[in-house]
Amino acid sequence: MMQGTNGFAFQTAASGITQILWLIPAIPMVAAGVIALLKQPRRKLAATLAIGSLAFSLLIALAAFGHVLSGWTSGHAVRETANFTWLQFGTSTVDLGWVLDPLSALMLVMVTFVGLLIFIYSTGYMAHDENFTRFFCFLSLFAGAMLGVVIANSLLLLFMCWELVGLTSYLLIGFWYQRPSAAAAAKKAFLTTRVGDIFFLLGIVWLFAQTGTLLFYNGGAGGIEQTALNGLLAAPAALGLSAATVIGLLIFAGAAGKSGQLPLHVWLPDAMEGPTPVSALIHAATMVAAGVYLVARVYPLMQAGMPAGGTTTALTVVTWVGAATAVFAALIAVAQNDIKRILAYSTVSQLGYMMAGLGLGGVAVGMFHLITHAFFKALLFMGAGSVIHGVHEEQDVRKMGGLRKAMPLTFATYAIGMLALSGFPIIFSGFWSKDGILEAAKDAHFSKGPFWLLVFGAVLTALYMTRQVSYVFFGKWRGHGHAHESPKVMTTPLAILAFFAIALGVIGTPAWPWFRSFLEGHAAAVEFGKFGESEFLVLLLTSTVIVLFGIGFGWLLYGSKSPVPEERDVLEKAAPPVWAALRDRLYVDEFYGVTFIAFYKWWAKVADWLDRRVWGGIVVLVIWAFSRLAHFDRFFDNEWVNGGFDKGCEELSSGGGLLARVQSGRTQTYLRLLAVAVVVLAVILIWSSRP
Amino acid sequence: MIGTQTNGIPMLTLLAALPIVGAVIALFAGKSARLIAMLAAVASLAVALVVWAHLPSDGSMGFVERVAWAPSLGVEYHLGADGLSALMLVLSAIVALMSIDAAHRVHRQPNLYFALVLLLEAGLFGAFTAQNFFHWFLFWELSLIPAFFLIKLWGGSKRGPAATQFFVYTMAGSVALLLAFLGVFLATGSMDFEHLTLLASTGELEQIVTAHLGPVMPWLAVGVLAGFAVKVPLMPFHTWLPAAYSEAPSPVTMLLTGTMSKMGVYGMLRIALPLFGVQITAMRTPLLVLAVATVVMGAWAAAAQKDLKRVFAYSSVNHLGYCMLGIFALAVPATSAAMQASQAAALNGVILQMFNHGITAALLFWFIALLQERSGGIRGIDDFGGLRKPAPVFAGLMGIALFSSLGLPGLNGFVGEFLIFRGVFPLAWVAATVSVLGLLVTAAVILTVIQKVFTGPVPERWAEFPDLHTGERLALAPVIALMLLIGLLPQLIVDGINPTVVNLLAHWRF
Repeated sequence: MMQGTNGFAFQTAASGITQILWLIPAIPMVAAGVIALLKQPRRKLAATLAIGSLAFSLLIALAAFGHVLSGWTSGHAVRETANFTWLQFGTSTVDLGWVLDPLSALMLVMVTFVGLLIFIYSTGYMAHDENFTRFFCFLSLFAGAMLGVVIANSLLLLFMCWELVGLTSYLLIGFWYQRPSAAAAAKKAFLTTRVGDIFFLLGIVWLFAQTGTLLFYNGGAGGIEQTALNGLLAAPAALGLSAATVIGLLIFAGAAGKSGQLPLHVWLPDAMEGPTPVSALIHAATMVAAGVYLVARVYPLMQAGMPAGGTTTALTVVTWVGAATAVFAALIAVAQNDIKRILAYSTVSQLGYMMAGLGLGGVAVGMFHLITHAFFKALLFMGAGSVIHGVHEEQDVRKMGGLRKAMPLTFATYAIGMLALSGFPIIFSGFWSKDGILEAAKDAHFSKGPFWLLVFGAVLTALYMTRQVSYVFFGKWRGHGHAHESPKVMTTPLAILAFFAIALGVIGTPAWPWFRSFLEGHAAAVEFGKFGESEFLVLLLTSTVIVLFGIGFGWLLYGSKSPVPEERDVLEKAAPPVWAALRDRLYVDEFYGVTFIAFYKWWAKVADWLDRRVWGGIVVLVIWAFSRLAHFDRFFDNEWVNGGFDKGCEELSSGGGLLARVQSGRTQTYLRLLAVAVVVLAVILIWSSRP
Repeated sequence: MIGTQTNGIPMLTLLAALPIVGAVIALFAGKSARLIAMLAAVASLAVALVVWAHLPSDGSMGFVERVAWAPSLGVEYHLGADGLSALMLVLSAIVALMSIDAAHRVHRQPNLYFALVLLLEAGLFGAFTAQNFFHWFLFWELSLIPAFFLIKLWGGSKRGPAATQFFVYTMAGSVALLLAFLGVFLATGSMDFEHLTLLASTGELEQIVTAHLGPVMPWLAVGVLAGFAVKVPLMPFHTWLPAAYSEAPSPVTMLLTGTMSKMGVYGMLRIALPLFGVQITAMRTPLLVLAVATVVMGAWAAAAQKDLKRVFAYSSVNHLGYCMLGIFALAVPATSAAMQASQAAALNGVILQMFNHGITAALLFWFIALLQERSGGIRGIDDFGGLRKPAPVFAGLMGIALFSSLGLPGLNGFVGEFLIFRGVFPLAWVAATVSVLGLLVTAAVILTVIQKVFTGPVPERWAEFPDLHTGERLALAPVIALMLLIGLLPQLIVDGINPTVVNLLAHWRF
């Protein structure tokens, strides 16, 4: 568990690099603004601006990372903030700011680096799109907003950038807006994540009201620093939970929406309607990981009041949701045939692993998987994009096959990504990051359930990836036309990502847990002896067995087979109803359709009916009663209002509805009533004011 | 107490006089009526901005003008502007200018049309600066008459019933308001807001009224609330609104939603809360229920509409519901500094929301006007599709307005709603928690509009749908820039209203 008790002292004075940290998100945002004003034919300029600005951000991010690193190597953990007052109301202030610490530094480098590769890849992938310029405008805006989420030292600033990220995700999913399915998927994504966001917003205002600040760190006065946390723990909420727990859970609801956790995962597979680089950048590597990052950022809140060796309610919820999501999505992935949908469910599943890792093992465990996953999942999506490109926009894996010969570079890199995702032992980064999660799960005291779920999920992961790779790259070519390898501008980023899909493992092994040490702020010792410890060896063996079983089983079922779409899947033959359920995504969308969405539509009709019939009806009745009354009042009917008006109103009333029939032509009646009231009151007034 | 008191140039009188003079000139200006109206509106905006920029820093009334009018009846000509008033003046001036800008296709009697618009603006200016009930009520009613005729004479096919319903309904509210206020006057002999607020803040007002008229204070509060509830509107007093908003010509709808609905909220803040704080606190729970219903059911009713104008009409109901939510939630005796902070957040949020909703809603109806010009009057939500293809700039700019209405951070709509929820949650957490549903449903409504109007394949009839031309882009750009500016730097406005918020809260007794 992350305690960091004997960690370094934090160095908090803001250095020069922290002062200019805001440039990292600002530069791509400005670029987006400039690109928005460009004319569509200025393709090259748009791409250059987008790539150049992000490269510039990467340089600053690297400098910031270097600053944190040099602090760490010289024995102090860096956590520098730059805060400012954004809004003053009453005597309170709303402060915003940014923070440079190991967590944000790592994330900054990852987002800018992976983002840059995907930007470059996009110039190839989107080369023939008529809205190329707009694509890079949205991409840059996304990068800026995402980097804003990363550096935010204020829950409000984070939320603002978070919503902007949601907007760009919406715009990019619906990029091909003329396809109704893309437009619908965009809307679904925005609304589903907004379900989480309204809870998130409540969490924000609650935290704000309770602690008086939304800053994370502010020299001891921040909202997730000890003083504030003590107050939150002491404040009761409901059901015996403290305010800290409930606020933590509300924030987690927001994170669950963004990170596609159960039960809000439904939007992410549909988001594959967006262009593939978008899927790689936003819906695999960065944005969907923002929820995980958020939980990591507010981790002190999530673990507030944790007894030694125990856990908290909030973290228990995070763990169970994560573990359940990991298995749920992996099961569905097994029975999908769209190359991107398989990866999408895989992403949902892996995000579940990250959440479970956070819940079980702390920030370092969850974040390490986030970082390795960002690289190998971006690699897989871009590989899938390369495949789709190479086979002329086909996405059904059953209509591919044998591509390892036609697309050797794509195949080699994809295989590395697949092995990293499956957690193939020792060589691949995914093994080490997943291993960390499983290890933490094994040690969990409150339940062994998550451990078994995650183990099962790992088998499934190896299985569905083997199935996919066999279908796509092995067997016979079943598509139409000739498959071709993608251009260099697309394959080079693949190779770079593949390199990291392997190399990143080095920083997170038990022998040299650099990643954890860096994040938690203590020295990392190299102890090769750890590799010899029985605990490690047992886990290594377990993981190896899991992965090899999954891959072996998958190969046995699907290896080198050349299925045709008409043919039923081997597993389908074994258990048709189970397969059908998985293929149909366990009917979650259908369930939401007949419950929430049906309620939404029905209640809209109720609201409309209430308006037209009930509230409108009462008005009609009242007016009718008054008009009857007025008929007795002929006395006042002395042509105050001229006849032309009456006539006009009569004419118009014939065109109106029920209300119109009752009301039209009565205006003068009301004027009269008003006049009568005024006269009566004036009389009373004068009478009563007599001495 | 009654005397003459002015600070140099009578700015507020000048402000109200400008559009009236403009109206008279416009009537006889022949073909340049719109130009005259535009000039008058620009001049008014300039004066309003001067007022806004020179407010007293302690949040009290500035630019006070006080002249005896009918002393025997307690009527005096008493004007003043604090942060709340001044912001409403600026809003009215901006929206009036937008409305005149949008109304460039008035073919029938343009002189009368623009004169009425200016008269309406004058009514707004008067109502937002009057400090005496009589004077205030005069302008409150005065603004109703041009609005009625603007709907009645230039509206859509069902304009007659819509105008009548609008007029009668608001008038009924006014009668309730007037009766209630006359009760106050009978007891106290005063119509002066400042004086009455002071009386109420010590609890004397209730004693005096009870001594003179018996225990009628709650009834007077109900009467006053009813008048404002109709105007805002608060559910279930809103049924006049969809018809009026959809039948009025769009530029007039801009005025109705952008400015006139604010008169109701303003009245709540200037009259209802200061005078009847204790009574409102006693009725707080049912009032909160109505506010939450306005937020949630307003949004949901919008989801059921097929006419884009009705969609945005109900969406307006929803957005003003947040104002009502904030107002009723803050009506509690503050027993701690934390509660005071929440009240200040809620009230700042309410006033910001008034301004932001005014700008955003007016802009949305402006886009409807532009849409109708291009579609030949068609404005059903299902009548379009894929317009983003032939009209990308139109789609982009209207998209910004729509996302502002949805409450996207970075645009103006978010800040007010955030502060309202910040204030309401600690004071009335159930109401706040239910009301967030409104945020979700509004998002669904707005994204559905975008989906149906702008995405999908383009039907053949709209293949040549003209995009915004340069003149229109230039006209819309300042408004959009303003929305971004407030979204990023809300302090620009809060600086002006916060002292007044603190000042008001210090004088209110719950």
